[in-house]
Amino acid sequence: MKLLQERTRDRLAGEDLIVRTAVRLLVPFIQLFGLYVIVHGHYSPGGGFQGGVILGSSFILLALAFDLRTSLRFLSVRVNAVLSNVGVLIYTGVALLCALAGGLFLDYSALDRILPLGPVAWRSMGIFLVELGVGIAVMCIMASLFWDLGSGGEMDEGL
Amino acid sequence: MNTPNMHLYILAAPLLSAFAVNLLGRVSRAWIGPLILAALGFSTFGALLTLLRVLRDGAYRYTVGNWQAPYGIELVIDPLSALMLLLVSSVALLATCSALKSVQNELPGREHLFFTLYMILVAGLLGLVQTGDAFNLYVLLEITAITTYGLIAMGPDRAPLASFNYIIMGSIGACFYLLGVGYLYILTGTLNMADIAGILPGLNAPAAVATAFAFLMVGLWVKMALFPLHVWLPNAYSQAPTGAGVMIAPLMTKVTVYLMIRVMFSIFSPGYEFIQHAGVQSLIVWAASLAILCASSLALAQRDLRRMLTYILVAEVAYMVGGVWLANGTGMTGAILHIVNDAMMTLCLFLAAAAILYRTGSLEFDRLHGLYRRMPLTMAAFTVGALSMIGVPPTCGFFSKWYLILGAVRAGHWEFMTALLISSLINAVLFFRILELAYFQPVAGLQATTQQGSGEAPLPMLSPLLISAIALLALGFGCGPLIENVIRLALPPGFAP
Amino acid sequence: MDQLLSEIVAKYNYWIYVVLMMIGFYAMIGKRNLVKKLLGMNIFQTAIILFYVSIGGKRGAGIPIVDKHAVMLHGVDASRILNPLPHVLMLTAIVVSVSVTGVALAIMIRIHRKFGTLEEDEILEKIGQ
Repeated sequence: MKLLQERTRDRLAGEDLIVRTAVRLLVPFIQLFGLYVIVHGHYSPGGGFQGGVILGSSFILLALAFDLRTSLRFLSVRVNAVLSNVGVLIYTGVALLCALAGGLFLDYSALDRILPLGPVAWRSMGIFLVELGVGIAVMCIMASLFWDLGSGGEMDEGL
Repeated sequence: MNTPNMHLYILAAPLLSAFAVNLLGRVSRAWIGPLILAALGFSTFGALLTLLRVLRDGAYRYTVGNWQAPYGIELVIDPLSALMLLLVSSVALLATCSALKSVQNELPGREHLFFTLYMILVAGLLGLVQTGDAFNLYVLLEITAITTYGLIAMGPDRAPLASFNYIIMGSIGACFYLLGVGYLYILTGTLNMADIAGILPGLNAPAAVATAFAFLMVGLWVKMALFPLHVWLPNAYSQAPTGAGVMIAPLMTKVTVYLMIRVMFSIFSPGYEFIQHAGVQSLIVWAASLAILCASSLALAQRDLRRMLTYILVAEVAYMVGGVWLANGTGMTGAILHIVNDAMMTLCLFLAAAAILYRTGSLEFDRLHGLYRRMPLTMAAFTVGALSMIGVPPTCGFFSKWYLILGAVRAGHWEFMTALLISSLINAVLFFRILELAYFQPVAGLQATTQQGSGEAPLPMLSPLLISAIALLALGFGCGPLIENVIRLALPPGFAP
Repeated sequence: MDQLLSEIVAKYNYWIYVVLMMIGFYAMIGKRNLVKKLLGMNIFQTAIILFYVSIGGKRGAGIPIVDKHAVMLHGVDASRILNPLPHVLMLTAIVVSVSVTGVALAIMIRIHRKFGTLEEDEILEKIGQ
């Protein structure tokens, strides 16, 4: 316990070589798995929120294993702010597009009039667009939650 | 303009503007005002069209995503929900004009964050009044609640603590509601309100249905701050930033009362609540009468204008709950009319308080001396709002109280009638105290003014205040047509105004 | 007595959820530290989530993931598959829980910065001064 306290005070905790190498190898696979979960949401367990959390947790893992600035280097605060809004705008935009194209809100078969793939195929695949928007938004929000709460809002160092 | 999606366009406009404000507001602050006002103006216009359409063609149901009920989520647009749509969007529009100015004053540099939460709150409220699915109601209820937690926490000093207490109490309410929906799902296997209403009478599980009803009611009562579950409201609403207070205070509790009416009449039937469990019905009317008296008495003890208004708000919620549970058409008409009237009255009073706070920096009673000389139009509008709260004709407050008292007399609930009359007298004491300070006391020598200068409130804050004061009078004169054409259609079958 | 015992033993999962809910409720109301209140809220919401998920259980049923081609060939027997609807509803409830926790934690950082403590009675003391 005392050793842990000393190491935390000297900022040596979390800078172990094994942890850093393992995380560096794992993060691309975690992100690939997150994308897989997003895409397979309408067909098997998964979906926008779950995949988004996995993607977000890859950035949190970077912040835990290295330091906060490394995580911010890969997803900067400005990109985060823009992408989270873009994610929700994709969701609402697709819903609005379905309504403007002549159907009801979120009625994907109406998108058939924009890109002719068949109304049944659209109803089966249209949800993927919405899941994508949700996944992007949730990824940004999860990472941003950890950065803000872990560093007390200053985004320089903390945990 | 007769598209079948109009009521969802009304919801989509504030939602899209929320994220547009977040993106564009970082670039330049000048985008925020026009975007928001354009979105809310479109929503109000669309809500008016929807109301006219429902009155002409009748109620209709709308399936989101074209999945048929009970598999899909259904929206219900009947006269009551169209009326609430119009109310929510017009109150939001008036409140936003004032909020833009006060947020610039109180939270410089963070307006784009404030207004993102604000517009998501408006979108959530617009969705709450249309939904016909029990679980969708929970989701939208939590959306409005979470944005409210964030908006209140942006205030100064003790606001984060007030918001934290609101989080704890609000989550209790929402979780109880979720438990109730869970019970209903176990019993009926469906989440669609109309479907549940069809299956419930044929069930043979009285204890389980009663438990579900109890959980739903208690959850909604915590959310609407019915005394004694109101403890979170005075702190939260009086310490919120002024721009948030003018929008949250008129709308949140009224929409929750509307939700209680929906649960009572669209999921369970009036026969279940009023006839099968008549003991519960009189108990709740007694509790509402007690709530009115206690909340009004607590309001007498306050020294700050906004806190006094929040306690009056708690009493008004008890009016509406008691009115609905009176079990006759007159009481229900009074309650629904009071939803509309109270939203307008609270908007008017909170806008006046915001204007006074902007110019003088404090709402304590001893700083209100002689305010009439400095801000005549503001105090005139405040007077109209005060008269409406007391219940003086021809302002609208008189007519809803009239219906409530008449309903109490017809139902034989003399305690409710007594509570209403005593509460009107206490309101008279409360408001005449302030009017005396503002009109008849000389201006105190050390009247501090903020750096916003002295004099009348700025035009963006003054014009919605005057519009709402005129609306109080217009609602008073027009309440006859309102009841005849809209509210009469909103009552369940078998009840007449 | 026999029937009472069989009631308790057969529905043991509901009794566990009731106990969890009461623990969470007590923590929300009875504890004075803000973090403990927040954790109580989380426990309460988790108990409700577990309650919903257990609604879908059927005796001898399997998980609701089926092979598309097997279903197209042989059809599907609904009584041998768990009800997946409560699971999906609870995904939404989990998202709500996470959001409220996030907002509450951010508010607690602000409270701590202003008052230096997270105990409710100490905060009320400092306000009273």
